[in-house]
Amino acid sequence: MKNIDIGKRTAFLPNGRCVFWHASLLFIALTVLLLVGCRTTDSDSTGETTSGGAIQNKGSDTLVNIALAWAEAYQQVEPDVTVAVTGGGSGTGIASLINGTVDIANASRSMKDSEIEEAQANGFDPIEHVVAIDALAVIVHPDNPVSQLTIQQLADMYTGRITNWQDVGGLDAPIVLLSRETNSGTHVYFLEEVVREGDSENEDIFAPQTLLMPSSVGITSELRRNPNAIGYDGLGYVDPAHEKIIAVARTADDPYVMPTVATASSGDYPLSRNLFMYTAGEPQGNIADYLAWIMSPVGQEIVTRLGFVPLEDGE
Amino acid sequence: MTVKAPAPPKAQLPGWREKIIESLIRLSGISAVVIMALIFFFLLREGLPTLGEVSLADLFARRWYPIEDLYGILPLLAGSFLVTVGAVLIAVPLGLVTAVYLGEMAPTWQREILKPIIEVLAGIPSIVLGFLGWVSLAPFIQKMGAATGLTAFSGSLILAYMALPTIISITEDALYVVPKEYRDGALALGATKWQTIWRVVLPAARSGIVIAVMLGIGRAIGETMAVLLVTGNAANLPPLDASIFFQPVRTLTATIAAEMGEVAQGSTHYHVLFGLGIILFLITFAINSLATWLVGKGSRGERKRK
Repeated sequence: MKNIDIGKRTAFLPNGRCVFWHASLLFIALTVLLLVGCRTTDSDSTGETTSGGAIQNKGSDTLVNIALAWAEAYQQVEPDVTVAVTGGGSGTGIASLINGTVDIANASRSMKDSEIEEAQANGFDPIEHVVAIDALAVIVHPDNPVSQLTIQQLADMYTGRITNWQDVGGLDAPIVLLSRETNSGTHVYFLEEVVREGDSENEDIFAPQTLLMPSSVGITSELRRNPNAIGYDGLGYVDPAHEKIIAVARTADDPYVMPTVATASSGDYPLSRNLFMYTAGEPQGNIADYLAWIMSPVGQEIVTRLGFVPLEDGE
Repeated sequence: MTVKAPAPPKAQLPGWREKIIESLIRLSGISAVVIMALIFFFLLREGLPTLGEVSLADLFARRWYPIEDLYGILPLLAGSFLVTVGAVLIAVPLGLVTAVYLGEMAPTWQREILKPIIEVLAGIPSIVLGFLGWVSLAPFIQKMGAATGLTAFSGSLILAYMALPTIISITEDALYVVPKEYRDGALALGATKWQTIWRVVLPAARSGIVIAVMLGIGRAIGETMAVLLVTGNAANLPPLDASIFFQPVRTLTATIAAEMGEVAQGSTHYHVLFGLGIILFLITFAINSLATWLVGKGSRGERKRK
């Protein structure tokens, strides 16, 4: 029941229609169809307020999960402050910050120089806050002899160019590809960074035989019983006692690195990146309080719960 | 006398009451139709824009990958078709044979134990069966040699189990209402028990059996959660060879369930998902019409024989 949209479009437009439907189609409300409509009601409460203690927060679809969870939890801490969260992508969020329509922009990449210049032209310096770290662990069955792979090899496997474990130094067995559903931000990150090897011109997509699992737990439990399977999951979801974590290298010449909180935050692990929030100038008042709360152990606990890497103490 | 004085108003009350009750009954009758029409209207309103946003060629392409605007529904149709056909192939023979045994051959004490058990089976929530399939059936199928246990066949088996109680109990009811004279007549003419069942009882119960099978299919094609768990959800067109049932597939229902919750309202993806809903609706509608038609045909034939 998380109100999350990780697709490439804007998450929740304020939607007055929902009320209309409730009134006129009361019976349809009982059908499954309208469950969808009602989900928006929850987020409307954060989407329509523009006055008072409202913080507008927009941007990265990767961060939208955490941002929504933070906004929800912050309601308990500070009932007077409403945080309105919208997805749409890092670029959209940053553009909105430059145009002054949001208070906090979420981004899964640093701001480009050109964007910083635009912001300065509009009279403020954007301030970067690292709020969480995103690291994906590539995992296989404990009996699988393969223990390290390059991004190139992973891309070949996930696009279906390699279909047998033999080709990457394993046993003669078919590769069973596991992935999250397409609406997961993790799916999109894996698509961009692994399947497309970080190349924005590359238009490869997952092989059609990829099993799309409805949850992270779906991936791990299939992986624990299937020696042919390979999957990926947020580091927070992986249990090294039951799954074997693969060391990943950027290229065959680079060192193979295991994902840990340390290698993820240092950037040595290839499948990790900082997740940012940007503010227009030094945050003030409500916004400063909100960001401070996000950095606090309570806020970072939510990061862990959603399968991301929390900031290390003192960061 | 004074006690009987309020009698006239009492006599008027029933007429007044009857009118209210009558209109309430009429209202609920009409509301069923209205609700149905509204649901259909809603489906069409949300689903039809698909045709303007995605070309037919793209819609009937081989690749379903909505985040890159690939909306080929062929793999989903193939997935639903495979899983349902598999379930029917398993459930119909098994269900009919079980019903015949229960209705025609089993001693009373066995029937009294078996029938309630089968009816309880119908009450198991689909998600529980799906979970069982995920936990125990999938690993078993994997051990049999499939690359993964999450296949169309796993889905078919689970769905067959879900359709079985429906098929068995409706078929058994249909057998029950076949007049005893038919059996007596056949046996008196020297037919064996097998001949009686196969040539007399089953044809006589035909329309009931058709309904049983159709309801079973209806249950199978509309089922969502169980197949979502056990079919692997790979939008893959399975190869046309012996392994066809042992490939992961993605059904129409599972696609809607998995993607609807997180899709932006009013987007192309949203409309396409409702389009899938229309397709499902049309399929079940076709199955129901076919059942009605077959039943009608059957009973006309019987009347002619009389």
